[in-house]
Amino acid sequence: MDDLALAIRMAGIRKSFSGNVVLNEVDFELRRGEVHVLAGGNGAGKSTLMKILQGVYSLDAGRIEIDGRDVVLHSIHEARQAGIGMVFQEFSLIPTLSVAKNVFLGTERLARSHLLDDASSVTRTREIFADMGVDIDPNMSMSKLGTAYWQLTEIAKALAQNAKVLILDEPTASLAKHEVELLFALVGRLAASGISIIYISHRMDEIFRIADRITVLRDGNRVLTAPLSELSPADVVEAIVGRKVDGTLQWRERTVDRSGAPLLEVRALSAGRRVQDVSFVAHAGEIIGLAGLMGSGRTELARCLFGIDPIDSGTVHVHGKQIELRSSADAIAVGIALIPEDRRVQGLVLQHSVRDNLLITQLKGLRRGPLLNDRKGSATAAKLIQQLSVKTASPNLAVGRLSGGNQQKVVIGKWLGTDPEILIMDEPTAGVDIGTKSEIIERIRDLADAGKVVVVISSELPELLAVSDRIVVLRSGSIEREFERHEIENEHTLQLAIQGVSS
Amino acid sequence: MTDLAPPAALAGSPPGRLQILARRLGTDWRQYVIYIGFVTIFVIFAVTLNDKGFLQTNNLLNIPRQASSVAVAAVAMTFLISCAEIDLSVGSLVGLSGLAAAYGSLHGGLITAILAAVGVGLLIGMVNGVLVTYVEIPSFLVTLAMLWMIRGFGQWRTDSKAQPIASEAFRTLFGSNIMRIVWLVVFAVVGAIVLNKTRAGRYVLATGGNRTAAEFSGISTRKLKFYVFVGTSLCAAFAGMMVAANLNNYGKYENGTGLELSVIAAVILGGTSLFGGKGSIAGTIFGALFVQLIGNGLLLSGLESSQLDIIKGAIIIVAVALRREKSGAR
Repeated sequence: MDDLALAIRMAGIRKSFSGNVVLNEVDFELRRGEVHVLAGGNGAGKSTLMKILQGVYSLDAGRIEIDGRDVVLHSIHEARQAGIGMVFQEFSLIPTLSVAKNVFLGTERLARSHLLDDASSVTRTREIFADMGVDIDPNMSMSKLGTAYWQLTEIAKALAQNAKVLILDEPTASLAKHEVELLFALVGRLAASGISIIYISHRMDEIFRIADRITVLRDGNRVLTAPLSELSPADVVEAIVGRKVDGTLQWRERTVDRSGAPLLEVRALSAGRRVQDVSFVAHAGEIIGLAGLMGSGRTELARCLFGIDPIDSGTVHVHGKQIELRSSADAIAVGIALIPEDRRVQGLVLQHSVRDNLLITQLKGLRRGPLLNDRKGSATAAKLIQQLSVKTASPNLAVGRLSGGNQQKVVIGKWLGTDPEILIMDEPTAGVDIGTKSEIIERIRDLADAGKVVVVISSELPELLAVSDRIVVLRSGSIEREFERHEIENEHTLQLAIQGVSS
Repeated sequence: MTDLAPPAALAGSPPGRLQILARRLGTDWRQYVIYIGFVTIFVIFAVTLNDKGFLQTNNLLNIPRQASSVAVAAVAMTFLISCAEIDLSVGSLVGLSGLAAAYGSLHGGLITAILAAVGVGLLIGMVNGVLVTYVEIPSFLVTLAMLWMIRGFGQWRTDSKAQPIASEAFRTLFGSNIMRIVWLVVFAVVGAIVLNKTRAGRYVLATGGNRTAAEFSGISTRKLKFYVFVGTSLCAAFAGMMVAANLNNYGKYENGTGLELSVIAAVILGGTSLFGGKGSIAGTIFGALFVQLIGNGLLLSGLESSQLDIIKGAIIIVAVALRREKSGAR
């Protein structure tokens, strides 16, 4: 390969943190105008590699060439000047400022008077959006825009700084299907215009759709770099996980005894604008999938069932008995648990230890007189850590320092400890690697086998199809359709139902 | 992919200009509460207190005059609160810088007096800034401690005595009726330009809006906050000179007691978010004037200052409650 066609060459990159080798002689090459997927499990070294490229971390050994020239990147600023633009997974925009002000944050345009020239920022922002083919008012306040717009603004921000390389970190994680299509189209156009894209993703379908090549890291080593046209999804998964993966993401038909009374029954539930006249039943041992676009009311329904959002009308019955849901305490009392959508905000106290996070829901069971029984608590925590195979150096480590997948396991463990009868999981595998994902899916099946009701909300249809016995499709707050799993032929059928195209 | 979906198909397309205008006039009236409140109360006083002399030029000019020292300190506090920090030591610093100015005027003259006061402000600002940004103690605690230390120091060094200002020029420059209004206007205009029209101001808002994002945008938020602390103390020292030059022409350690709370009230009333990221200098100025307006009118109507405080507190609660944004967009 001619060196001039390379936007980036990283060679022999080594990095360790306090003796712990995170990157070991990693090579990474990015061609001009290429969409290159960077994949790997949590902790494989992807983000460290990217942080080195962004000048956040220094490297212990190895070298970086940008456009064929050796560079040493000391700061984000230098990396940006060298043309590296990062589109952050956890967004780097200021909610209180306008779109244009965000696009030019750090690179403000100045008038001759040396005062800010916001008018020209607005004009230039409008031009950038026009080039991107999107329509966003540069004067809008960021806080009034949805997730998809934040991402587009991030991209515009990178382009405004003349980025030649864009790093997209799980860009579709919080987008609805049609927004994803739009993003893919944009990525394609950017690549065609000569911008190179590093695309970090766990999602197989995306990887194969938009990328030219893939590099897989595992335990700090590069294990694969190849054109995707030469690979099958199974090859990629095997490279990421390091072993052949069984058919976790295959649907396994389960038998559910529906002869008795349902364990959970929701009758004509309405709440706010997002939940309207929703009814469904679930028997012990059943896994219900809740499908729908973002904003279809999935999350709101879950919040109602957990007593967080007030119910306007309708009833909820557990074991045939109508229950009052005025607070989450009411829900917990009847054995309902919610594993929330955003683990970092709603699920965990990040600076508290793994142990404390696991035990917070079950302190009642750990009382010894007026005090807490520490020994019993530690034993309980250790049991949960083992049961869910949470990878942590110690139960006393702050949970914020674990990888995303392990954090999610802690959230699940936190609720498993209370032995709930009904477990609602909102996007349980968002942002976790494929290995952890299959573990979580296995765990969901175990729970159902143990006679619990599990309600799974997910935007990832393959996962939903793999795990559900029945799928309820929500649309604008109402039930659009309800399927037995075997009635759904493939992902496409479900996708059509979600989009409201009747088949 | 050739047939791009029209971008407006993205979730909840952004409103057009008309809608934005409608929103400005409609639901976003909250951010104008301070102006609406000011005008409303003004009109009420103008009607009900006309016979008591409310509308006389001198009485009307008294409002900005009396608000001026609070307003000067509040302009700087707007920056500090916008970047999600706070300074409780400004009241004590008003006292100490006044004392410093008085000493300076005794041992030199106008220039020495100014240098002494400014020097005290610079020193306190740097101490506050270092402790908050580099030692990383929360600003609430640092400046609460400084509030006592500064006042204690002033009282100890002066044996609780007032120190006269010996420079006539100093008194004119900082305490005369006309100059107090001039300073109010100068600080308001400069403050508004810096906050809205310079990089520094933009970075202050960005830092308060989301510090991590600001860092990732190449802003050195630590250095920025340090400078804002220094700026706040310098402005407080300036306010201290105004208070000393005006209050019977002496500096005393207890000048400015409680002033930090009036300053914070003015900033918050003016629409600056206590959580950072949003700030308005014009709002702050009107916040300071508003509090003074209420005091002025109620005193004219014959209330005692104790009753006045009760009503002032109640009005602040009402104003902030009206302005409160519903928490969380979703």
